[in-house]
Amino acid sequence: MDADSLLLSLELASGSGQGLSPDRRASLLTSLMLVKRDYRYDRVLFWGRILGLVADYYIAQGLSEDQLAPRKTLYRGAPLLSPQVQIKEETRLVSVIEQIDKAVAIIPRGALFKTPFGPTHVNRTFEGLSLSEAKKLSSYFHFREPVELKNKTLLEKADLDPSLDFMDSLEHDIPKGSWSIQMERGNALVVLRSLLWPGLTFYHAPHTKNYGYIYVGTGEKNMDLPFML
Amino acid sequence: MEDSTSPKQEKENQEELGETRRPWEGKTAASPQYSEPESSEPLEAKQGPETGRQSRSSRPWSPQSRAKTPLGGPAGPETSSPAPVSPREPSSSPSPLAPARQDLAAPPQSDRTTSVIPEAGTPYPDPLKQSSDKRESTPHHTSQSEGNTFQQSQQPKPHLCGRRDVSYNNAKQKELRFDVFQEEDSNSDYDLQQPAPGGSEVAPSMLEITIQNAKAYLLKTSSNSGFNLYDHLSNMLTKILNERPENAVDIFENISQDVKMAHFSKKFDALQNENELLPTYEIAEKQKALFLQGHLEGVDQELEDEIAENALPNVMESAFYFEQAGVGLGTDETYRIFLALKQLTDTHPIQRCRFWGKILGLEMNYVVAEVEFREGEDEEEVEEEDVAEERDNGESEAHEDEEDELPKSFYKAPQAIPKEESRTGANKYVYFVCNEPGRPWVKLPPVIPAQIVIARKIKKFFTGRLDAPIISYPPFPGNESNYLRAQIARISAGTHVSPLGFYQFGEEEGEEEEEAEGGQNSFEENPDFEGIQVIDLVESLSNWVHHVQHILSQGRCNWFNSIQKNEEEEEEDEEKDDSDYIEQEVGPPLLTPISEDLEIQNIPPWTTRLSSNLIPQYAIAVLQSNLWPGAYAFSNGKKFENFYIGWGHKYSPDNYTPPVPPPVYQEYPSGPEITEMDDPSVEEEQAFRAAQEAVLLAAENEESEEDEDEEDDYD
Repeated sequence: MDADSLLLSLELASGSGQGLSPDRRASLLTSLMLVKRDYRYDRVLFWGRILGLVADYYIAQGLSEDQLAPRKTLYRGAPLLSPQVQIKEETRLVSVIEQIDKAVAIIPRGALFKTPFGPTHVNRTFEGLSLSEAKKLSSYFHFREPVELKNKTLLEKADLDPSLDFMDSLEHDIPKGSWSIQMERGNALVVLRSLLWPGLTFYHAPHTKNYGYIYVGTGEKNMDLPFML
Repeated sequence: MEDSTSPKQEKENQEELGETRRPWEGKTAASPQYSEPESSEPLEAKQGPETGRQSRSSRPWSPQSRAKTPLGGPAGPETSSPAPVSPREPSSSPSPLAPARQDLAAPPQSDRTTSVIPEAGTPYPDPLKQSSDKRESTPHHTSQSEGNTFQQSQQPKPHLCGRRDVSYNNAKQKELRFDVFQEEDSNSDYDLQQPAPGGSEVAPSMLEITIQNAKAYLLKTSSNSGFNLYDHLSNMLTKILNERPENAVDIFENISQDVKMAHFSKKFDALQNENELLPTYEIAEKQKALFLQGHLEGVDQELEDEIAENALPNVMESAFYFEQAGVGLGTDETYRIFLALKQLTDTHPIQRCRFWGKILGLEMNYVVAEVEFREGEDEEEVEEEDVAEERDNGESEAHEDEEDELPKSFYKAPQAIPKEESRTGANKYVYFVCNEPGRPWVKLPPVIPAQIVIARKIKKFFTGRLDAPIISYPPFPGNESNYLRAQIARISAGTHVSPLGFYQFGEEEGEEEEEAEGGQNSFEENPDFEGIQVIDLVESLSNWVHHVQHILSQGRCNWFNSIQKNEEEEEEDEEKDDSDYIEQEVGPPLLTPISEDLEIQNIPPWTTRLSSNLIPQYAIAVLQSNLWPGAYAFSNGKKFENFYIGWGHKYSPDNYTPPVPPPVYQEYPSGPEITEMDDPSVEEEQAFRAAQEAVLLAAENEESEEDEDEEDDYD
């Protein structure tokens, strides 16, 4: 979620139960601003919180102008001293974040658009999804370079809008049903939760520009998903 | 009659249009403008290409009688008094008109346009009507004005046309038309109500026709937008008269646009938006009901009762503490849940209730409340089930006796372990769930041990619908509500902790007993609890204890010995004592410190933290379960609370593997006669046959020898 709208976003994502304590919130706001200034990022996202045994990691990501370019990830937290573990905790952390991002970071359709020159930009005219769109999985894309797009048949590609539909949609995720879509507060908020990486919550208020995702969890994939559905 | 120059009058009229109330008096023909709009006649006037005022002035005056008559037209241009009525009239004092208006107002108001004209604001119609009533050609203002108006209405066209020609302010024109509409509508009424005065007889049907034509033209629907001018103008005038903006004339076009847009959105967007927003409104309505419930009944007594009762926990306070720990649902949501809990306590006889937590589901979530009913208020639904079970057992025995022919199956299904009584063990509390605060609370059925046993073996997501079936292996005996209840029981047993000393054992006679009951079941709050330092709570896990009984692997908290109950089958009892001796399961007793909890593969079962490192003096101790992710407990030394928010599953470092089906049972005891053997191969058969023949031969030989011997003996 964007650092600018952190407070509102946290409120909207609170349905999953895990949020931030007031002192963390305050400190995050400040530090995200500092990060933005120091690293000269275009946008800074608060990615989430990875719960550890002893302490938690707070992760932020910085995006440059091109939204799809590889992001820099920053973390803050107490490293777990675990002499037995061969892999450095930091490496493990980074790989977990990357896995999660690749798998379940999502944005609504229309929030980014691609220019003919290549770089993607934030779509300033994005007014939010309509209610009927918001309930469909196909209106959400993975926030990464497309993987399955090339495999689509020409027929399907004909319906796509190249400036908007340049990422994979959630419709074809395997296993099917690994996303839970819910409307909260009547129809005023749509919340998607990943069942594959429990703890990933994506929220969007239809007809508004508010959207974002946050991960709060232990950083473990739910391998039992097929048994649980 | 005043023969003011029409222009003047018009101007005045125009000015006064806004005022409308202006006294009409004295303006006989004075307010041709006014009169026109007011009367319906102007409509017709519009059509007529008559001259402007002049015609008006020429005609209208007599018409006071006319005015009464169908504004539309009768009374024709009798009034020859040329005084330009309309302009004057408005300027004249409105008072005389006022009363008259009222009279007149009535009928026209029935009409559409009249209704459009706000009563406050539109003197137009009234004066007109009144004037028409009066019908006095005398310089009675009202009457005159009326007359004028009517006359003019009779010649709406000329008036209107004239108006147009004159390019008055739009406002004026509109007003005119307004009046016209008014009168138009009233026209019909008037026609019916008031017989045309004498003068009207002469009413040229021309006028009527023109008026009708004018009106028809105005009512014509536009092909583009579906509106008609009549409605639009009347709406606009209504709006103007309602709002009375400054310089209405300058913003007239905007007003027109606004009115159009308002109509537009009503017609076109209503369909699309309403459907989408309907659920939002529904839930808002339900939640509004939550907020209103407080005002339902009497004030004083209820307040006292509520304050004394104390069944409702202070959810907001707990939520505040949990927020310090970074756990929570957001203030608004929590408050709504708070209100929903209040509603629950109001509608059910509840001794104590607690916000247990929230379980996430695929389609919908569950908000769970833990409730303790007042003594004797439980609803006993389960007695029926017990009776059924006993009956079944009896029947099966009878069958066994009858059917001796069929081989009796030696398989005896293990007797179902009965569930625990309410208020004890796993059923100590009753749980209510709802999908969202504002929706009705549903009571979950009590849990039976079999459900807990199987719930331990499966791992399924909740869908959010209580009646959803659970398709799993091993098959779960129940639907989602039972599974939910079982998981809630497991979570409570595993993660409900309190600071050491908060609860103490009650002072009962028996201490630890070794019978089936085992252990202490009850505890009560320790009134002498002095609190523990937060630091201590964080540093050492032994300062926390479980205050919910551990669930044995049998599925119950209190051991149930199924052997003893099998009194019917005594024979097998003895056998069973030897072979099927079931060990009594013992679990950790109540109020065990959590430091005794088992680790999960080197992961400590609990993680403790201080809520804030920056301000430790006011921090609270937070306990986070690693075994049940999502279970939290906090304490500030004196107060404590448990909470759960998550998917409702236990953590397991290994991946879930469904249990394998049990081995195939032996159908029959294996004995020599039915032991299966391989068919002998050819060689074996031959060897066997050879051996047999050899034996036979030998036997024959022996016999023959014996015979020979015998024969020999004979010899």
